[in-house]
Amino acid sequence: MVQSEVKFISGNEACAEGAFYAQARFYAGYPITPSSEIAQIASERLPTLGGCYVQMEDEIASIAAIIGASCCGVKSFTATSGPGFSLMQENLGVAIMGEVPCVIINVQRSGPSTGLATSPAQADIMQCRWGTHGDHAIIALTPSSVQECYELTIRAFNLSEKYRSPVVILSDKTVAQMREKVILFTPGEVELLERKKPTGSPGEYLSFRPDDDGIPPMASFGDPHLLRITSSTHNEQGFTDDDPSNAFTLIRRLYDKIEDNADDITQIKTYFMEDAETTFITFGITARAALNAVHKLREEGNKVGLINLLTMWPFPACKIKEAVANCRSLLVPEMNLGQLVREVERACCAKEVHSYTKSNGKNIFPGEIIQAWRDSL
Amino acid sequence: MIVAVTDYLRQDKLPHLWCGGCSHGVVVGAVARVLAGLGIPVDKTVITTGIGCFGKADDYFATHALHGTHGRALAFASGVKAVSDDLTVLALMGDGDAATIGGNHLIHAARRNMDITAIVSNNNNYGMTGGQYSATTPSGKKTSTSRYGNPETDFDLCSLVVGAGGGFVARTTPFHVRAMEKLIAEAISYRGFSFVEVVSCCPTYYGRYNREGGAVAMVASIKERAMSKEKFNLLPLEAKPGYFPMGKLHLEEKIDFNTRYREVQQKAQDSHRES
Repeated sequence: MVQSEVKFISGNEACAEGAFYAQARFYAGYPITPSSEIAQIASERLPTLGGCYVQMEDEIASIAAIIGASCCGVKSFTATSGPGFSLMQENLGVAIMGEVPCVIINVQRSGPSTGLATSPAQADIMQCRWGTHGDHAIIALTPSSVQECYELTIRAFNLSEKYRSPVVILSDKTVAQMREKVILFTPGEVELLERKKPTGSPGEYLSFRPDDDGIPPMASFGDPHLLRITSSTHNEQGFTDDDPSNAFTLIRRLYDKIEDNADDITQIKTYFMEDAETTFITFGITARAALNAVHKLREEGNKVGLINLLTMWPFPACKIKEAVANCRSLLVPEMNLGQLVREVERACCAKEVHSYTKSNGKNIFPGEIIQAWRDSL
Repeated sequence: MIVAVTDYLRQDKLPHLWCGGCSHGVVVGAVARVLAGLGIPVDKTVITTGIGCFGKADDYFATHALHGTHGRALAFASGVKAVSDDLTVLALMGDGDAATIGGNHLIHAARRNMDITAIVSNNNNYGMTGGQYSATTPSGKKTSTSRYGNPETDFDLCSLVVGAGGGFVARTTPFHVRAMEKLIAEAISYRGFSFVEVVSCCPTYYGRYNREGGAVAMVASIKERAMSKEKFNLLPLEAKPGYFPMGKLHLEEKIDFNTRYREVQQKAQDSHRES
């Protein structure tokens, strides 16, 4: 039996390892701190795996190139941070509208604009959800440890292939650059999903005709089944179609194929929830501080619990509601001026919801969460 | 297998949507005839486009297609080509797409020397949005956003691409259809980044704003202003404005990106084995 490999690496390195494990073989990107290690590793490792690294002229071109490569059936990814993620919004829309699987790792840093280059933040939650224009759905995963960087990147590729959708890894500067022990999977240990390919004859194939699950099989460029990818509102053939009922059917399907499968897509981790009266709900590096705060408060006999969101979008509302059913109050610490707390309020409107925000380029420390909890009593 | 031009065009999509007298259809016809002539299978051909009148060109081809965002056709094409050496990749763009919003991608695709053929139907304005000026609208010319004359200077696209490192650069016109086909065929056969500019006309907007007298007069004027590179070079400096050189303007053998990258893969694999 192949022994699992144990490594001591950073979150960024773990994302790259996860991508290679998932059989990603194309990376296009533009360097930006604090994500550049991913580009460096991709440039070094992909050619050894028969893959390809291209350094593009900007982030607009980077995401365009991974969309192009993915259309050839090659699992593709890019990595960036706030300013670059802003530039990627345009073609993130193409990946959504054209239903092209790809993975975008956004290592959050402080903003707006160049901001505190390069200090930690968790302020891209809403940009990730709504940054590209128009009605749409998105999948975003939020690792809080180096191990989760590895596992969630593999999961990102699987979800991307399964749902024919772009998937964002919403990492943060601290998680990305801290080093921890990671256990790497052995080959075959984790199931790797591939996009559905057309099964009928080439003449019958339509690039956007969904199966009953709402997801159309995807041919690759070079296949006898001709693939037409388009950014325009289109019919099942992939041609522009401005008929209102067609437009609505398409927009609805693109939205529903993600949101209706929230149960399959979303993951939360819970800690000390059996008897928790107050639950901390957070994600990313703040979840680590929150867990430490929970441990300290538990030592004092306080009934507090934690929900660490591993999925930000679609928002795991049902799973959160179920987990906090017996809680009296919720506290949402986050490194922004209050983006996650509003979603929690919407999901748990019957609960007493408290917010603790910090937006100064510094991480939230356990003591601050403990103090915020005391203030909320 | 004998291939016919009709194999490359989606008959059910014709007639095309462009205005009477527009040059874009001439370019689409030439590209289809060239693909048929070269016998490149439809399923080994990828056409990428952006936005604008000529950005609709992919609709008419029975090939693989990626219709993306404004200016990004070459960026999408670069990802396709980097992982699919066996595919013929064409980026069809207008002047807004290729040279204005997409100018950055154009110079870098040329510099990177991706084996892509970029064909630009340059009609000197944005047709789709109502005839505004682009980066190829000549100085002083009128458009819907330069009613008093364009205060900016236009790009010479072919010189730009040569400067950026493009190894095959040609210019042609909708009047010289056979020459256009020959140049496009050579561009597709060239290993590396190839660029063909078609000096096109937009009688609906640019022609009307500048009182150029309709499609026939505009094509006649293009024909009169076009000459071989050799002839153009002999013109005295003061006579050059108003004329342009056509034909193959630049040819240089260069190693394309994919060939270079195979060397990278080899070196990476060798060093990986050693360590």
